[in-house]
Amino acid sequence: MSPALFLLLVAGLAFIGWITGRARAARFTGTGANRPHSLPGYHGWYVALWALAPALLFLAVWGFVSPGLVDATVTATPQSAAIRLDPADLTAEVRALGTGALTTAFHPEVVPLVPVFQRVQTHYDVIGGVVALLLAFAGGAFAYTRVKPDFRARTRVEQLVMAALLGASLIAVLTTLGIVLSLLFESMRFFARVSPIEFLFGTLWSPQTGDSGTFGAVPLFWGTIFIGAIIAMIVAIPLGLMSAIYLTQYAAPATRRWMKPILEVLAGVPTVVYGYFAALTVAPAIRDFAAFVGIPGASSESALAAGLVMGVMIIPFVSSMADDSIAAVPQSMRDGSLAMGATTSETIRKVLVPAALPGVVGGVLLAVSRAIGETMIVVMAAGLAANLTANPFSSVTTVTTQIVQLLTGDQEFDSAKTLAAFALGLVLFIVTLLLNIVALRVVKKYREAYE
Amino acid sequence: MTETSLNDRADKQQAAHGGTLKMTARDVDVFYGTKQAIKNVSIDVTQENVTAFIGPSGCGKSTFLRTLNRMNDTVASARVTGDITLDGKDIYGADMDVVQLRARVGMVFQKPNPFPKSIYENVAYGPRIHGLASAKPDMDAIVEKSLRRAGLWEEVKDRLTDSGTALSGGQQQRLCIARAIAVDPEVILMDEPCSALDPIATAKIEELIHELRGRYAIVIVTHNMQQAARVSQKTAFFHLGTLVEYGDTSDIFTNPRQTRTKDYITGRYG
Ligand SMILES: Nc1ncnc2c1ncn2[C@@H]1O[C@H](COP(=O)(O)OP(=O)(O)OP(=O)(O)O)[C@@H](O)[C@H]1O
Ligand SMILES: [Mg+2]
Repeated sequence: MSPALFLLLVAGLAFIGWITGRARAARFTGTGANRPHSLPGYHGWYVALWALAPALLFLAVWGFVSPGLVDATVTATPQSAAIRLDPADLTAEVRALGTGALTTAFHPEVVPLVPVFQRVQTHYDVIGGVVALLLAFAGGAFAYTRVKPDFRARTRVEQLVMAALLGASLIAVLTTLGIVLSLLFESMRFFARVSPIEFLFGTLWSPQTGDSGTFGAVPLFWGTIFIGAIIAMIVAIPLGLMSAIYLTQYAAPATRRWMKPILEVLAGVPTVVYGYFAALTVAPAIRDFAAFVGIPGASSESALAAGLVMGVMIIPFVSSMADDSIAAVPQSMRDGSLAMGATTSETIRKVLVPAALPGVVGGVLLAVSRAIGETMIVVMAAGLAANLTANPFSSVTTVTTQIVQLLTGDQEFDSAKTLAAFALGLVLFIVTLLLNIVALRVVKKYREAYE
Repeated sequence: MTETSLNDRADKQQAAHGGTLKMTARDVDVFYGTKQAIKNVSIDVTQENVTAFIGPSGCGKSTFLRTLNRMNDTVASARVTGDITLDGKDIYGADMDVVQLRARVGMVFQKPNPFPKSIYENVAYGPRIHGLASAKPDMDAIVEKSLRRAGLWEEVKDRLTDSGTALSGGQQQRLCIARAIAVDPEVILMDEPCSALDPIATAKIEELIHELRGRYAIVIVTHNMQQAARVSQKTAFFHLGTLVEYGDTSDIFTNPRQTRTKDYITGRYG
């Protein structure tokens, strides 16, 4: 009998629980103070959930535990004792053959073990399934006995729904926490080999295979800021702000209807597309232009190319945040200004934009945090040379580019070179986190001012 | 309609109502899309008098008031026909600059709407836009004069740099009046200026209207019958987009000619 069948049986039991619980509750009568507390449907759900939840929990746990038990039993058989193989490799191969993941054996001597494995597996499946069925029945029966007129089934069901929702959100929170912890942990190992001072303030970045090499990350930080926070923002802030102003203040509703979605499509373009656009179209054009006007140090991978394209990518973020905050300025401000004899553009410059500024600033900060974490464009267009330069035509590298660089290819997992990626990731994470917190605060403050 | 015939009729109106004509409206219709909000309204606004617009909700008082400084231009679906003049000149004419018009015909709104700037900057906003003061002392003088006229100077003179939005509702509304006064308008339109205020703040505004009367032609929309009786000399009663009755406030309230007016004033509907 397969686990799926047991699942079906448990579900069947829950369904029966729902029917019987509901039917029992439906017989309750009474009015006024004696009115049954909950509608029959809630009692039905109460019984069904009691049948379902313990059994499913058990099956989930069993799913983790039983493979170990199966493997242990298989290794303990006299046949396997005769085979000269590492027990872990042995069980892995037998399992692969037994479940059909592998069709031909690497080690023919393990083939006789496959039927043994299948027998043991079935054995444990049945044990697990039967226990689950018993749990389902017991839970359902327990809940059924509690179905009384004054039993608050509705409240209980509500609590369970809340618990499920809480669980769902906890998964996201815990995952984040896990990622942060692993970042921290690996960074610690890195900082045991390379001093944090050298890492944060050193200006020479030259990781070598193994533990040698220098890890001064300042050129990376500078490259990231140069591309993501300076060049990209010089493009994105004015264009985003102006398009938001046009869309909210000047565009006819019909124009706005088609233009806004198109602008938002920019945000949905996969970044790899921007990446090859930057690398194949923009970067060569910029190099040729630089050569034409005689700017020295022009390289075919330039900070300018990556920054410009990233700026274009960021426009929709800035514009939609600015759009929201300008739209949130009450119409009465606009009317007040127009009624004073101000023109539309005076009204925008002197009243709307100043009033919307905190929201716009928040949007820009969010955009910056996105830009510095952006990877694809810079990997493809910014280059790998860790230059500390303010020349936009030369090649610079960024934190994300280097992380990709450090982790691709064959690497020993615990060399300083590999661990440096985690330290870089940690810095990036902290900076984006801070930017996000500040941005959200600014935006929230601003919302409060008008609501 | 030609200018002379307009003036002819206006002269007759003047004879009928007394006072110097400031603004005239003739056969004004206003549409929002295809829906007509104002039907064939003709009315005069005189320099010396406060004119009150009364009528049940949705009858078009605000709509009509907004035609007088062309604020309806900001509503995409709104369309105005008919003749409206300021000092005899068509305000919807090709040679009328709407920006100039709004500097001459100021407006105070139902809800106080100071800009999120300092008190000083709120008042200085209009003069700055229109270039009324060339140096800081001139601007200081305009700000002080406007705040004094709005009866707010004593309360705020020590905190001109505080935000205008930090004032109380009544103070905010007087700040908005000061802001409107600062560009030295000829006409001030007020759309229910007291409806968001408590009785004491309301009394202050009414007092202010008394003081401003004569210096500016004032038009006020109000739902409060007593207020109309207290502050105005002329009253216009609107109903369903039409002007039902227009005359001296004392006549309208004591001796209305139309039964609809009488019913409304005595509180039988609306
Ligand atoms: N922007 C608009 N678009 C479409 N219709 C409008 C608009 N503004 C007002 N109207 C309509 O025009 C009519 C007159 O509205 P208006 O605001 O002038 O009435 P009002 O007399 O000022 O009412 P209240 O006393 O409630 O302020 C109403 O039927 C209203 O629904
Ligand atoms: Mg109104």
